[in-house]
Amino acid sequence: MGLKINVDEGKCLYCGGCAGVCPVDAMMLDETRIVINDACIGCKLCIKFCPVGALSMEGEND
Amino acid sequence: MIDVLIVGAGPAGSTMAKEMASRGFETLVVEKRQEIGAPKRCAEGVSGHGFEKLGIKLHPQSIARKIKGAILYSPSGKSVVMEGHGMEGFVLERKVFEKDLASQAIKAGAKYMVKTLAMGMEKHNNAWKVKVRSIEGIKEIEAKLVIGADGVESKVGKWAGLKTVNRITDYHSGIQFEMAGVNTSYDYIHLFFGREVAPLGYAWIFPKAFSANVGLGILEKAAKMRAYDYLKKFINEHEEIFKNAQPIEINAGGVPVAHFTRMIADGVMLIGDAAQLVNPIHGGGITRAMHSAIMAAEVAEKALKSGDVSKERLEEYEKMWDDEYGERTKKLMKLRAFLEKLEDKDFELLADILQGEDIYELTQAKLSFLVKKLITKPSLLRLAKKYLME
Repeated sequence: MGLKINVDEGKCLYCGGCAGVCPVDAMMLDETRIVINDACIGCKLCIKFCPVGALSMEGEND
Repeated sequence: MIDVLIVGAGPAGSTMAKEMASRGFETLVVEKRQEIGAPKRCAEGVSGHGFEKLGIKLHPQSIARKIKGAILYSPSGKSVVMEGHGMEGFVLERKVFEKDLASQAIKAGAKYMVKTLAMGMEKHNNAWKVKVRSIEGIKEIEAKLVIGADGVESKVGKWAGLKTVNRITDYHSGIQFEMAGVNTSYDYIHLFFGREVAPLGYAWIFPKAFSANVGLGILEKAAKMRAYDYLKKFINEHEEIFKNAQPIEINAGGVPVAHFTRMIADGVMLIGDAAQLVNPIHGGGITRAMHSAIMAAEVAEKALKSGDVSKERLEEYEKMWDDEYGERTKKLMKLRAFLEKLEDKDFELLADILQGEDIYELTQAKLSFLVKKLITKPSLLRLAKKYLME
């Protein structure tokens, strides 16, 4: 696949909002960790949603 | 095998746990966090009227502050005060509130596990096997009925094959500081509107005992920057309020506005945020979450007693919800569509013509007077058109 969402641990507030908008169930909030599995299709909805900008696609900045 | 496994110990989950345990069902609640009620993803405000209607009594320690009403601010700073009958409310201390709800459920006989993550589930004959991970390791719990009270990021619904994805077009991105040193009236909640303040949402100040929740929710489709950036801007632009204020907590979250998703599957019921049962106008979800739990428990009792927890048997829950909230929610969605079309100058006009009571009526889904009001002045016809052209 090669798609990878990066979580900036310095910004993430573990609200799970990204997991709530993911259309393919690729994200899970595990208390203080966002777990992303390889179902990710790179739609970037999670990146758009994140209130603090903690998410990015690997190889892209913001 | 237990009767009911509830995933999530928020207001919906613990209300359901109390209802089921007090009816004599073997009930277990698993909560992935190490502490119930924290971190909050919420501004903590509830309407006194809403709680009264459900017969919910708040423990005095759950109340951070009693509120007389709300003050709404237009983009230019015009204010409309809403107070009096029906507008009183509370700002909760959610951590205490949720622990109180859990305590009540435990008193009724429910069992709880914290720091316990539900990892997946499989149908097995007439039951669900739910895999959980706790401090003691991974194990499977077999239950006749699984309740998804697992919030915006609900997995239970998805595992049961339901489409519980929030649409980004109406999924508010929320951010909040709890701040000390906020200089404002602590008897009211304060709501600020405007495209530059909080696009297709609003900013709020909800006063607590000695602090205040200061936050906002925005829709991504209308936003030019992150929710966090809008909040920083809001704080910077209101020096009179925030000059001496500092954050003591930071919160974020998604607000799952209703869009009529399915709430049931074979042996599965979704309640609260997991079923996206949030008021589409103000984004409040606690009262609706608890009400959904009360309804779900009524149906779950009958289903479990009859030994039939099929989707068909559980449909009664969806019907109950629809009877109570369906029509109202549709009207509020219409009002919301109207509000989404408003520009800043329209908010100024509305601030001129609407009284506090009018706005209260609107939030109660009584909309018919709005057009009458809007056609009283030629300058308002443009607004009337926006309302009618839907």
